[in-house]
Amino acid sequence: MTAPGTTRAPAGLSSGTPDGIGTSPRRPDGTLKATGEFAYSSDMWAEDMLWGMTLRSPHPHARILGIDTTGAIALPGVYAVLTHEDVPGEKRYGLEYRDQPVLAFGKVRYRGEPVAVVAADHPETARRALDRIRVGYEVLEPVSDPRAAAFDPDCPLVHEEEPPEAREEYGRRGNLVRHQPIRTGAFASGAAVEELRARAGAVVAADYEVGMQDQAFLGPESGMAVPAEDGGVDLYIATQWLHVDQRQIAPALGLPEDKVRLTLAGVGGAFGAREDLSMQIHACMLALRTGRPVKIVYGREESFYGHVHRHPATMRFEHGAMGDGTLLYATLEIVLDGGAYASATPAVVGVASSLGLGPYEVPNARVDAYGVYTTNPPCGAMRGFGAVQACFGYESQMDRLAAELGMDPVDLRIKNAVSQGSRIITGQEIDMPLPMAEMLRRCRDMPMPPAREELEDPSDLRTLPGGTGNTTHGEGVVRGVGYGVGLKNLCYSEGFDDHSTARVRLEAVGGEPAVTVHTAAAEVGQGLVTVQGQIARTELGVERVTVLPADTRVGSAGSSSASRQSYMTGGAVKTACEAVRDRVFALARERGTIPAGHSGEGLSLAGGKLVSASEGVLASLAELLGGAAVEETREYRHRPTEMLDPTRGQGSSHTQFGMCVHRAVVDVDLELGLVKVVALDAVQDVGKALHPQQLAGQIQGGAAQGLGLALMEEIQVEEGRIKNPSFTDYLIPTILDTPPMRIDVLEHPDPHSPYGLRGAGEPPTLSSTPAIVAAVRHATGRPLTRAPVRPEDIAGIGPRRP
Amino acid sequence: MRVTFTVNGEEASADGVWAGESLLYVLRERLGLPGSKNACEQGECGSCTVYLDGVTACSCMVAAGQCEGRDVRTVEGLAEQGGEGAERRLAAVQEAFVEMGAVQCGFCTPGLLVQSHDLIARTAAAGRGVPADAEIREALAGNLCRCTGYEKIIDAVRVAAEREAAEAGEAV
Repeated sequence: MTAPGTTRAPAGLSSGTPDGIGTSPRRPDGTLKATGEFAYSSDMWAEDMLWGMTLRSPHPHARILGIDTTGAIALPGVYAVLTHEDVPGEKRYGLEYRDQPVLAFGKVRYRGEPVAVVAADHPETARRALDRIRVGYEVLEPVSDPRAAAFDPDCPLVHEEEPPEAREEYGRRGNLVRHQPIRTGAFASGAAVEELRARAGAVVAADYEVGMQDQAFLGPESGMAVPAEDGGVDLYIATQWLHVDQRQIAPALGLPEDKVRLTLAGVGGAFGAREDLSMQIHACMLALRTGRPVKIVYGREESFYGHVHRHPATMRFEHGAMGDGTLLYATLEIVLDGGAYASATPAVVGVASSLGLGPYEVPNARVDAYGVYTTNPPCGAMRGFGAVQACFGYESQMDRLAAELGMDPVDLRIKNAVSQGSRIITGQEIDMPLPMAEMLRRCRDMPMPPAREELEDPSDLRTLPGGTGNTTHGEGVVRGVGYGVGLKNLCYSEGFDDHSTARVRLEAVGGEPAVTVHTAAAEVGQGLVTVQGQIARTELGVERVTVLPADTRVGSAGSSSASRQSYMTGGAVKTACEAVRDRVFALARERGTIPAGHSGEGLSLAGGKLVSASEGVLASLAELLGGAAVEETREYRHRPTEMLDPTRGQGSSHTQFGMCVHRAVVDVDLELGLVKVVALDAVQDVGKALHPQQLAGQIQGGAAQGLGLALMEEIQVEEGRIKNPSFTDYLIPTILDTPPMRIDVLEHPDPHSPYGLRGAGEPPTLSSTPAIVAAVRHATGRPLTRAPVRPEDIAGIGPRRP
Repeated sequence: MRVTFTVNGEEASADGVWAGESLLYVLRERLGLPGSKNACEQGECGSCTVYLDGVTACSCMVAAGQCEGRDVRTVEGLAEQGGEGAERRLAAVQEAFVEMGAVQCGFCTPGLLVQSHDLIARTAAAGRGVPADAEIREALAGNLCRCTGYEKIIDAVRVAAEREAAEAGEAV
């Protein structure tokens, strides 16, 4: 056996199945992934490649006094050592605000911020080179408390300079990245909360907290940059949006965008963590400097510093209802800790505010959502994006209100549920089916798992909290049941020009019609590559479809974020296929295959043939096309959305709404605070299930991430330092932690979207967390106002920290 | 140093191996076998699981030097090689993972496949046919998956075990 001599790079994916939308064909990359041949970004390899590595700040907040790289560059096997002085172009980049240095200069703003990069012939050489770089720091007071950052005028500034893109309407000042208020009903005319409180039959108010969650994708940040002869660079990368990477990388390199060419390498999960750049610019800089391919692969610890996390949140809610449970008013103040750089914080605030009170009819609403800079780890996109935090709060409040009123929590939700025609608190009408009451009833009616005493062997440790840890044989174990509902916006919001591009080519290959689909859309595991093929088969009636590797040779597809790709890239592929089909019809008219004077009524492409509803098969596509290829490129846009107005937060800011309802059943060991989730069942309306099997994978996978947030997942930050940057200490659910998950999928089509589909990836991540915490509350009788719930919260032995 | 061992039935040698290099690093970076994945480097996630002398192990936790003269089987070696030029036949568990939707991003898949392959073989060898769900959960507890919520993985292991059991039954 010898080492490979060629570069490993992504290959086109072919699928021979006849299956169109609504069926569950095999994913075309499945076999490669099961044989180990699929080329992930960390598998990229070239004969003469170097390894890049990053020196990171040991301090959360410090002034840089000087950087001395001479010891590092003197080490044999080291080819380059670069600092901010070597950045060829723009020294800052960012998704919304260009506020993040490519390599730190002036000061560092979080522990783990990149300060220098090296390229060497072996990872160990690179590591030793990092040890030889000397950086002088003057340590500054960290800005650790997000509430102080938001409200204390004496709090030190994280950014002394104003980012040029900062928008006035976001209310940016001091450490505040964005403040979004919403005022409706009496609050819009300046009423004080006391006036409404006096009219309410029941009032509940509480503070809630959500910890910092990590996306914890399994494939760490990685990629390979290859210098090109034209002075440009080719980057093989795992990302969620190739073009937004390109738009940030090129200016930093001082190159035009067409000299920075990106190809999507295999992506080992994303969940929001690949929206921001990590090693992209660094690898390109090192490759251009050394003239050799440079590969950078983060380790797990580095990955915890290498990407943004879910914003931790502190929330203060108050709900007031009439005696019969009808909501009268609600208020929310939510502070989201954005950490050192803005990343997606402005958009997260937009979601957290507009969806802050959830899917309920609230006639009088007052919301203030704040996103702030601190010197904590930067936070940005993660599945659920601002809606997850708020959902934990408003669902906890609904349970509290139900208890206060003596009502069943599901009945209270049904009483206040939104439906088609309702308006959310931004005044936006829900102009698509949203049968929330029906979903809640269906979820309540799903079969319950057997009670402990009905189990075949109730003493089987594997069925108990603590498992084979042998912590209980059933004594002190109590069962609880809880519900959660979440409302999520799907696609990009607030006036963003959200679009995707698809190029579709139809030609005869070896006497058979064949379709090639080319988009820049990132397959991150969700199965988009399968769905693109299904749509092409459905629209063009051709079995053989190849989806080309995603790259920047075709227009932007937008991000694999916000549950938007089936809608947006699906819509683009559908539209491009329709254009190809029209061209085929025109060709058939030219050739006389479609008789002159035919209205076009009832024509279609099916089974590799041109078919007329009245006359049957007119021609085979292969014959009709001959040597001709028909190719069309189309951009697809969803209907426009609006900014929220800066004072009352009104505006139709969202494209589409998604909803999932969860019911959790848990067994809790009251003494040790251990939880076993027994069942986690869901009802979700997806408009149209394009691929039922992959859809189930999205719902179950999303629910499992919500389970993690409910019970175990939290990045623990102390004075800006992550205390648990490993899978030993940051726990994600294992197969033992994850229960059977039943799914009931509803398909009420959205009239505005392709096939009536509704984005499906995020809603289950919202609803599962509050459902599980509600079930634990039900079992324990404790208020549990914080996610994740900690054993000491359940056992009632007080906070771990002073 | 030079390290020589058997990988997927063939002898392999790597030269210039540093003392600190893991079996995983040598497989991926020196022997052209990147199927085993590096996701945590601490033996917590199972993505790098291989057979070492027939026993499953996290290859990130094994020093390459320890493997001298031993037998390693990776995800690349699970499929049966056909004759000259013939297509490989996927192992039942590989086939089932793809068919049942147990593969999403696929980064955990190689490790889960090796671990599941081992479970199915052990269950069959003990004459117990198809493992119960509780056994599947126990056997795969050291393999993290972030995409699927594990439901489809359990389905796939069950289906693969059923098929292998049926095939073994026919063979008798």
